[in-house]
Amino acid sequence: MAEFLRVLTDNWSLYSQGFTNTVKLFLVAAVGSLVLGTLLGAMRVSPVPALRAFGATYVNVLRNTPLTLVFAFLVFAVPKLDVNIDYLPAAFLALTLYTSAFVCEVVRSGINTVATGQAEAARALGMTFLQVLGSIVLPQALRSMVPPMMSVFIAMLKNTTIAAGFSVLEAGAIPAYMSERGEPQFAVLLWITIGFLILILPLVVLQRFLERKLAVAR
Amino acid sequence: MTVTTGGPLIVLDGVNKWFGPLHVLKDVNLSIERGEVVVVIGPSGSGKSTLCRAINRLEPINSGTIVFDGRPLPAEGRALAQLRSEVGMVFQSFNLFAHKTILENVTIGPVKVRKEKPAVVRERAMQLLDRVGIASQAEKYPAQLSGGQQQRAAIARALAMQPKAMLFDEPTSALDPEMVGEVLDVMTSLAREGMTMVVVTHEMGFARHAANRVIFMADGQLVEDAPPTEFFENPRSDRAKDFLSKILTH
Ligand SMILES: Nc1ncnc2c1ncn2[C@@H]1O[C@H](COP(=O)(O)OP(=O)(O)O)[C@@H](O)[C@H]1O
Ligand SMILES: [Mg+2]
Repeated sequence: MAEFLRVLTDNWSLYSQGFTNTVKLFLVAAVGSLVLGTLLGAMRVSPVPALRAFGATYVNVLRNTPLTLVFAFLVFAVPKLDVNIDYLPAAFLALTLYTSAFVCEVVRSGINTVATGQAEAARALGMTFLQVLGSIVLPQALRSMVPPMMSVFIAMLKNTTIAAGFSVLEAGAIPAYMSERGEPQFAVLLWITIGFLILILPLVVLQRFLERKLAVAR
Repeated sequence: MTVTTGGPLIVLDGVNKWFGPLHVLKDVNLSIERGEVVVVIGPSGSGKSTLCRAINRLEPINSGTIVFDGRPLPAEGRALAQLRSEVGMVFQSFNLFAHKTILENVTIGPVKVRKEKPAVVRERAMQLLDRVGIASQAEKYPAQLSGGQQQRAAIARALAMQPKAMLFDEPTSALDPEMVGEVLDVMTSLAREGMTMVVVTHEMGFARHAANRVIFMADGQLVEDAPPTEFFENPRSDRAKDFLSKILTH
C-alpha cells in the first residue's frame, strides 16, 4: 500500500501535468463540439436541402473515421498544406470535429422526440426556422438529450488519450514516461484509472442534476 | 392596421396537390370573401386538412395559385412567415406549446414574431383568455387543462396575432362530447364579429347557424358549394346525399 501511494507522490508533477492537459482537452472539445454539433443538428433538420446534405455527409464521414485517423490528418497531413498547427491545437480540433458528429446525432434524435405538431403550430404563428428550433423544439428536446449526450462526453473524455500518440502530454501519455522511470506498471495504470473515475464523477452528478431540473420544468 | 385591398380575402385558382402518386387536391377553385364563414365537410381522406393547410402553406402545392389578401403566397422565408402571422390556425390536437404556460402560449407569437412589447401583449393576452373563459388558468401548463380549455387557449393564441383569417381543422374532433359546446360557442361568437373563417368540421349545428357557405369535398374535389340550408335540405350530388345520410343518422 505504501508502495502504491509512493508511485503517485513521487511522480505527482507528471500525473498532475498529464491530467491537467486531459481536462483542458476535454473542456475545450466539449464546448466546441456542443456548439458545432448543435449547428450540424440544426442543418440536418433545416428546410434547405444543401444544408441537410452537408450535415448528413459530415456525420457519416466523421462518425465512421477512426479518431486516430482524424488526429493523423491534422497532425501530419494538414502541415503539408503549409498550414502551421501545433500538437495541442491539433488535438483540440481533432476531438471537436470527431465528437461533433456524435453530438449532432444526439441533437437530431432529441428533436425527433418532439411531436411534429409543436413545430407546426410555431410555424403557423409565423416563427422563422431558427425561432421554431430555439424557442419551441430544442427546449422540449433537451430532456431526452441529456443521457445520450453524457455518454458522448464520457466517451470523449476517454478519447482524449489518443492525443498521447501525437505528442500531447495528457493522462494517456503517463504510462510511457513511467516505464522509462522503472515504476511498476500495475500501480501506474491503477492511478490513471482512478484519475479518470474522479473526472467522470462530476459528469454523472451533472447528468442527475439536469435530468431532475428538466423533469420539473413542466 | 395595414391597408387592405377590396375583393375576396382568399382565392384558390386551379390548385393541385399530390402526395407522391396520390392526387389529394384536384383543380380546386375557391374564393372566400372578407368576413365570410366557410364550413368544409366531406369524408375522411377527401383532402379537407390539406386544403386548409395549403392556405397558409404548411403544405406547399404543386400547381395553381393561392392569393391571400391580394398577394400570391410567398414561397418561403420571411415573407412566408409574415403571411402565416396573418392567418390564425387551430389544430385538431390543439398543439399548445407543452413547455410554456397558457399565458406564454398566447404571448409568444406577438412578442417573438411581431416584436411587440411584452407588457402590451400580456394585457391583450389576458383579455383574450378572459374572452374564451380561461383567464384563471393563465399560469398553468397545457397538460393541466381539459381538452376544451386547451382548444380555447389555442384559439386565443391564434387571435393574439390579430389575424385577418382563421383556419380551423376539425377543432372539436378530439374533444369529449361535453366540451364541444364551449369551443363552438367561442367560434360562433368569432363568426358573429365578422372574422373570416375556414372551418373543417362535422358539427352540423355550427354549419347551419354560423356558416355562410358549406363546401362538400370528396376525393380531392369541391363537389358542392352552397348556403347551409340549401346544402342540408337539398344536396345535389349523390355523394353529398350519401355522406349526409351517414352522419345525420348518428
Ligand atoms: N403528409 C402526407 N403524406 C402522404 N399522404 C398524405 C399526407 N397527408 C395526407 N395524406 C393523404 O392525403 C389524403 C388527404 O388527406 P387529408 O387532407 O388529411 O384528408 P381529410 O382531412 O379530409 O381527412 C389522404 O389520403 C391522406 O392519407
Ligand atoms: Mg383531416
